[in-house]
Amino acid sequence: MSSSKHSSSQLRVGDSPLIKWLLIGLTLFLTTILLVVPLIAIFQQAFVEGAAHYFNSLIEADTLHAIGLTLVVAALTVPINLVFGVMLAWAVTRFEFPGRKILMTLMDIPFAVSPVVAGLLYLLLYGNNGWIGSWLYDQDIQLMFAWPGIVMVTVFVTCPFVARELIPLMQQQGREDEEAAVILGASGWQLFRRVTLPNIKWALIYGVILTNARAVGEFGAVSVVSGNIRGETNTLPLLVQAQYEDYQAAAAFASASLLAMIALLTLLLKAFIEWRQERSLKIEAEKERQVTQ
Amino acid sequence: MSILIENISKHFGHFQALSPLSLDINEGEMIGLLGPSGSGKTTLLRIIAGLEGADTGHIQFGDRDVTNLHVRDRRVGFVFQNYALFRHMTVADNVAFGLAVLPRKERPSPTEIKNRVMHLLEMVQLEHLASRFPSQLSGGQKQRIALARALATQPEVLLLDEPFGALDAKVRKELRRWLRGLHDELGFTSVFVTHDQEEALELSDRVVVMSNGHIEQIDQPGALYASPNSRFVFDFLGNANVFEGKVENNKWHNQQASIVLPNGAEQKDGQLYIRSHEFFVSKEPTAQANLPLRVIAINPIGAEVRLELTPIDWQSNDVWEIDLPHKAFDKNCFEKGQTLYVTPKAGYFFAHDAQQPVLLNWETEKAKTTEKA
Repeated sequence: MSSSKHSSSQLRVGDSPLIKWLLIGLTLFLTTILLVVPLIAIFQQAFVEGAAHYFNSLIEADTLHAIGLTLVVAALTVPINLVFGVMLAWAVTRFEFPGRKILMTLMDIPFAVSPVVAGLLYLLLYGNNGWIGSWLYDQDIQLMFAWPGIVMVTVFVTCPFVARELIPLMQQQGREDEEAAVILGASGWQLFRRVTLPNIKWALIYGVILTNARAVGEFGAVSVVSGNIRGETNTLPLLVQAQYEDYQAAAAFASASLLAMIALLTLLLKAFIEWRQERSLKIEAEKERQVTQ
Repeated sequence: MSILIENISKHFGHFQALSPLSLDINEGEMIGLLGPSGSGKTTLLRIIAGLEGADTGHIQFGDRDVTNLHVRDRRVGFVFQNYALFRHMTVADNVAFGLAVLPRKERPSPTEIKNRVMHLLEMVQLEHLASRFPSQLSGGQKQRIALARALATQPEVLLLDEPFGALDAKVRKELRRWLRGLHDELGFTSVFVTHDQEEALELSDRVVVMSNGHIEQIDQPGALYASPNSRFVFDFLGNANVFEGKVENNKWHNQQASIVLPNGAEQKDGQLYIRSHEFFVSKEPTAQANLPLRVIAINPIGAEVRLELTPIDWQSNDVWEIDLPHKAFDKNCFEKGQTLYVTPKAGYFFAHDAQQPVLLNWETEKAKTTEKA
């Protein structure tokens, strides 16, 4: 009703140009110094002694081993948590049972607990003097300060990602589709593969990407249980720190640049999947509009 | 296939969804489960399908006991309220699903499946939509595809949960007629759930009226309408006005209003249920009744005009509704705010201590009242 009065400036509430540009400028400035500059610095430092040195430090035996170990850890962690996450999400969204709410809260413990604490807990339990570890030691099985321990803590730290992505979606989709499939005679496996899986596909992939990113980059928990044995139990993040402490700055940054590249790749994949999801939603909305017209 | 339901009961936590109830459904029959929400009608349907297990009782299809048979092996067709079409599959793949998941030995060849799907789509008159996705269909089309999918495995029992609930009035009517035709043509046994009395009366061979987890009445639509056996059924079938009366001098009184008891009626206090079209309307009280009402709304509905009225100097819990033919309405030229008097022609009387109503008729007095109307 007062639009005629302000029609010349067309301002909406809170639309003061000063505040607008101040906020935009501040955000851009902070993003630059907090995110962009460090990222550029990693690559700049990595190449400070030249490209040849960069590639040489990457093909060093310890570095190659760390890359390999990191990939092995991720390759084991992701499938374990993929299966576990789907099972967990299925259990809490499709069944009613006592303790369901508690289970949903417990699931978030890895997010709530500091990874270092998680590492210490595993050390206490499975270390050579630990409750389970001492028995395992008698059986000649060593988990801590070896790669199985690294996988164990990584699984722990990353276990909520897949379930967290799936649960809201599966709750929203309900169980009618699955009931329809069973009435039509589908077996359990047919039901999962033909109905459930296609419905949760994109959320599942998203969960896997997040799990993978975290598994590759985990430092705290891994550093407690790995024992930092170079060429044996060093993952990439641990190697970066070890090299830096040895005054091999360029090598440390070269290794760090690998992690940064994995991070960028993850972001790209994430953006792509979000775009795919959004597009399929848009197409559906568009189709619905066509039908109603 | 006939369905025999015997002493089925079900509770969820402390809530008794179904008290032990029995129901006998004949082969080829179409049964409507009618009731308000929470009456247990959907629970009963899901128990017949096998989606819920009953706490007690037995279910038989034909002479086969299916009480402990898994949903997958009951081979019933089921249409969900929201259709539950698989959104990532085309219409054709949706319809083919029941055939595609058959064990290899029983599964028809891909070409055979394709032919059967096309045949089903022709039956629901949507063969041109075979390659569309569910999100591209309108509500009525989704409903037909859901039906085609349910019928693909040639079930002998078809169960439908609020099949027309989400559709607009015109499509609903069309689909109703079409479903009835399909049912008669293919001869399966159908059970559907609805809260719409008109739908239940129009579509079913017999209507099962449910409330609070038990069956109130099972009857053919005509019989159900002619002789509801409880207050609940009367209230639920709707369009009845209730007059609460105390007997004195062969009249039921409610403050200033009164109705003369018809010949042969018992001298008891109670409630008189009168359907909205069982009235004469006049500008003065008649010898038979003195029921003053004020007109609060006038709604022309199709062949009739519906008057909404409130009592003057007497008590009723609800607004009264009276349907008049246009002729009668035009003759009297009623207006909003005007006072008028109604006289019942026929009604159902529930004495306070009775569960069953008594049908009453004032036909003998008819001659006197028509003149005044």
